[in-house]
Amino acid sequence: MSTYVIRRIIYMLLTLLGASMLIFFLYALTPGDYVDNNMNMTEQRKAELREIYGLNKPLVERYTAWLGNVLEGDFGYSLQHQKPIMTLFNHYIWNSFLLAAVSTFLTWFIAVVAGVLCAYKSQSIFDKSVTIFIFAAMSIPSFFIGLFFIKLFAVDAGILPPGGMITTGSNAEGWDYVLEVAEHMVLPVLIVTLLGTGSLTRYFRSHMLEAMKQDYVRTARAKGLKERVVLYRHALRNAMLPAITLIGFELPTLFGGSIVIEKIFNWPGIGQLYMQSFTMRDYPLLMGFTMLLAILTVIGTFISDLLYRLADPRVRL
Amino acid sequence: MSTAIEQLAPEQTISTSRPAAVIERSSLWQQSIKKLRRNRTAMLGFIFIIVMFAACFIAPLFSPYASGKVNLAVMNQAPSAAHWLGTDHLGRDVLTRLLQAGRISLTVGLVSMILSVVIGTVLGAIASYYRGIVDQIIMRIADLLMTIPNLPLLFIIGAILSEWKVPTEYRLYIVMLMLSVVGWPGLARLVRGELLSLRERDFMQAAEALGLNDRRKLFTHLLPNIFPLLIVVATLSIGGAIISESTLSYFGLGVMPPTPTWGNMIDAANTLIDFEKRPWLWIPPGLAIFATVIAINLFGDGLRDALDPKQERR
Repeated sequence: MSTYVIRRIIYMLLTLLGASMLIFFLYALTPGDYVDNNMNMTEQRKAELREIYGLNKPLVERYTAWLGNVLEGDFGYSLQHQKPIMTLFNHYIWNSFLLAAVSTFLTWFIAVVAGVLCAYKSQSIFDKSVTIFIFAAMSIPSFFIGLFFIKLFAVDAGILPPGGMITTGSNAEGWDYVLEVAEHMVLPVLIVTLLGTGSLTRYFRSHMLEAMKQDYVRTARAKGLKERVVLYRHALRNAMLPAITLIGFELPTLFGGSIVIEKIFNWPGIGQLYMQSFTMRDYPLLMGFTMLLAILTVIGTFISDLLYRLADPRVRL
Repeated sequence: MSTAIEQLAPEQTISTSRPAAVIERSSLWQQSIKKLRRNRTAMLGFIFIIVMFAACFIAPLFSPYASGKVNLAVMNQAPSAAHWLGTDHLGRDVLTRLLQAGRISLTVGLVSMILSVVIGTVLGAIASYYRGIVDQIIMRIADLLMTIPNLPLLFIIGAILSEWKVPTEYRLYIVMLMLSVVGWPGLARLVRGELLSLRERDFMQAAEALGLNDRRKLFTHLLPNIFPLLIVVATLSIGGAIISESTLSYFGLGVMPPTPTWGNMIDAANTLIDFEKRPWLWIPPGLAIFATVIAINLFGDGLRDALDPKQERR
């Protein structure tokens, strides 16, 4: 086990090193930089700024300097916001996390319950309508359903705010503030949950169907256990086992923000920050965010593998 | 006793010969197609896809507004008998534009799927067949591409291409390439895994013992065994490609106007007045994406049931 973990960690670091190169050179090879954006500056001033930001140094030198800083946990300095990127991340990441945590919790809860019910009453009307819903959820572009819901609930019905995290100009405090944020969260959470439950419900449904065919479920029934106990304690536990691997994959979702939803709903999260930086060519920020995503993905995969091994000792990786 | 046997014997020959003749006529593929045709939802999806393709590729030829000429006299009109889905800010007919956009969106989905399946299968096959260093190089590149989630990766490539000032008429082809760059690693991994387990089977040992060459082993013994899986995955990935393309184009990083796609038509929603007062500009393309992708997914699911019943449903 420990040799496996060590090998896995070394491989993880190598992957991240590769990812850092990929990310850096992708951005570094892009023509045009932040300084180019400003039309009012003279050539001399531009050259001075490039000197300050180190944009005129050779590529390899810039890469090693950047990587060195990243290793120390310093992603650099955002040119657009004139703040250290870590400070910005620290500020925006929690808004993203709030949105992601609530919707992930709801997604999993609904998916488990719906999956169990569908498997238990397989081929019933309930199961069939859930299946239709699952296909719909897997087939709709998130940006479109977002726009559609804003139009429906915010513009036409006027019952929910169209976007943002608080009403513009509001300085509510305490409980009022919580309520206000909650109100703004309804639509984005609804959409992320709607889209997420689709594939996850399908996953639980098929694993539950599989589990309910097993002998231990028949044994449990034969012992005269209550159906609820059979379902949730015997079948579901076994069906949940493979789902453990999915937990690790949620990591980038939880902390990496949702680019599309945050942009559509103007939610001040890290994904929205990322989209803004594109137009401003704020490359240090873009590189930092992409690197953050890569780190989260790699760690998430690692956690998944480990959890899977811990949960099921039969698995030999 | 003996008469009984005599009576039985001809019957037996008939009963064995009859099913044999039937089996001869129905190959595994024919059985699968039969099974697929009995699946009503899958066929419904299939018919819808055909209708959508026909509508997008043929119907604009008969539209009086196919030239897409700017006609300011009829700009921003609500749906009417003359313009079934209204007109946009340049007086172009939205329905005609929607169908023309469908051509591009469907083509992008189809071509990028074919590209990623070809790249993924070839690289996956090479990796599993030659193993060793070749396998390492290919799979590590795939791992690297998979460290960045698809959407941010597409955004980055899209933004970089915008910086390189790629002419807008070439963007279309580049979007196809981008989608396949993002699509192949998963496929290569899948193909490699399947082939690695197949090559340990008895029939491959037989192929080895017969001394077949690499080409025959790969093309007549290994690859045909993963065709059913490939067909299913390929079909389902068209839907994914259409959604990715529309998302990219909506954010202005994919196919750009004047080339219409369903994604960049929804871009109208970014103008407040169009968003609030002229829903006919952006709701129809969204519904078109939705309907097309759901049809593709239903059909793909039916294909999975028909071709690969053992395959775990994901």
